[in-house]
Amino acid sequence: MPGITREEVAHLARLARLELKPEELEHFAGQLDDIIGAVARVSEVADQDVPPTSHPLPLTNVMRPDEVRPSLTPEQALSGAPAQEQQRFKVPQILGEE
Amino acid sequence: MTTTTDLVSYEDALASYDPVMGLEVHVELGTKTKMFCGCSTALGADPNTQTCPVCLGMPGALPVVNATGVESAIRIGLALNCEIAEWCRFARKNYFYPDMPKNFQTSQYDEPIAFDGYLDVQLEDGETFRVQIERAHMEEDTGKSLHVGGATGRIHGASHSLLDYNRAGIPLIEIVTKPIEGAGERAPEVARAYVRELRELIRALGVSEARMEMGQMRCDVNLSLRPHGTEKFGTRSETKNVNSLRSVERAARFEIQRHAAVLSSGGTIVQETRHFHEDTGSTTSGRVKEEAEDYRYFPEPDLVPVAPSREWVEEIRSALPELPLVRRNRLREEWGISGNDMQSILNAGALDPIVATIDAGADAASARKWWMGELARSANESGKALDELAITPVQVARVAELVTKGELNDKLARQVILGVLAGEGTPDEVVDKRGLKVVSDEGALTAAVDEAIAGNPGVADKIRGGKVAAAGALVGAVMKATRGQADAARVKELILEKLGVTEG
Repeated sequence: MPGITREEVAHLARLARLELKPEELEHFAGQLDDIIGAVARVSEVADQDVPPTSHPLPLTNVMRPDEVRPSLTPEQALSGAPAQEQQRFKVPQILGEE
Repeated sequence: MTTTTDLVSYEDALASYDPVMGLEVHVELGTKTKMFCGCSTALGADPNTQTCPVCLGMPGALPVVNATGVESAIRIGLALNCEIAEWCRFARKNYFYPDMPKNFQTSQYDEPIAFDGYLDVQLEDGETFRVQIERAHMEEDTGKSLHVGGATGRIHGASHSLLDYNRAGIPLIEIVTKPIEGAGERAPEVARAYVRELRELIRALGVSEARMEMGQMRCDVNLSLRPHGTEKFGTRSETKNVNSLRSVERAARFEIQRHAAVLSSGGTIVQETRHFHEDTGSTTSGRVKEEAEDYRYFPEPDLVPVAPSREWVEEIRSALPELPLVRRNRLREEWGISGNDMQSILNAGALDPIVATIDAGADAASARKWWMGELARSANESGKALDELAITPVQVARVAELVTKGELNDKLARQVILGVLAGEGTPDEVVDKRGLKVVSDEGALTAAVDEAIAGNPGVADKIRGGKVAAAGALVGAVMKATRGQADAARVKELILEKLGVTEG
């Protein structure tokens, strides 16, 4: 299995909006390669007959009835917002950010 | 934006190329609460009054699935002839955009709850086209952005944006077709008919009102062209948020013409999202589509799998209502009308009012006559939908009953309907207030007939001489004298009787 390349780490960093220095790209490429290698070894053992685990608890169908519960007040909802206006979360210009 | 787009004529485009479409429809469910938390979904609330730690994406908040949301998804899947997954999971679709405070949308990726179905749609001429369904999956809606500083709330030129997360987390079902091939020049019509049929279906299932003008149902039109005789699909464009039936058809048509212009001049189509403009019927370039893997989907760790038991699925299946196409065909036969007549009824939004009027005791022909006649006209004039008019099917049925009993003629009935629409009360109240009763008092009628004959001796002579058609003038005189409140057929009988002629 070929490992993760430096270019792939740079791409992931961009998707995750992380600004990485060249030496950090090198560093994380090595680390991620180790992690992926470890996961790949698990995949070798787990065949088609082993169902994928998405949760440590063997539960399915945890649902709630369609009943309205109290919401936060707008003051509470906005209390952590760095900026607000007209009872809304204020965010910088959306397009042209890249 | 004033950029012009090169187009070739629709006919020329179809002469060289074969369109392939994929339609993605998002339906906002009509549940009381959001998909993963108990916040209300009621419309029209003040901004950010229907949010909680879950739908705001606060650290540590845990989502729990709305049982009605899952049931609605299964209902939709079954009505679309899909298989229902025995086991499926939610997935995180990661992206950074302020409309989702979590920085991901909880959706389904490779394990949709419903898959491999179809929907039969009827085109205007009655031909049926089968659209194959790839999948229907559960996800959540995003918040609403308000762009400030640009022209008329547009994103371009905005200095900043304001977010209201009341809508974030409202359950959505995304229904995706398989590539629609073989529709040829009728592709735009198929697209429209499909979305319309889907809307009827969603409404019949009672899972959403599916009002496109309110964003409860939104359509993305994927379209590509390939030269005739080739199998391989061309590069597609994805026109987002096309929000009326007419726009779906126009967007598909425009993209066919645009793609053909690009391809026939030797260019290549860029895989991108495009925006549809209602005013011009055109599309403009949006962002270049991110590849699916850029969303870095992975199974949602905060939710456990959904594994609908077969018993539950069969219970839901057995409770499905009669589906719209089946119902329409049954009613068409019961009423003895043509496919075109039924299409007009559908286009006018008159099907449900007519059925309700028949249920309230009217015969089918009268119910159709009033809803497609006087009421359709009135709705048109006031720019309202039929079901928004200030008259109920029960009231229309009462008017029809008064006509059947001979207490009203059509002309008076029309006045009664106008009275009800004007808020003058029930049909019976309008009859009383406006004094609208057919004059059935034979004495009064006979007197009016005698008067009309005496006042028009020339006409009377013609009738005596066998020109029965001339009786119309005398009927008119009697109707005028009785202010339209006589039964015209009876008046004619009386005139002919008096003048000693028989009709023939």
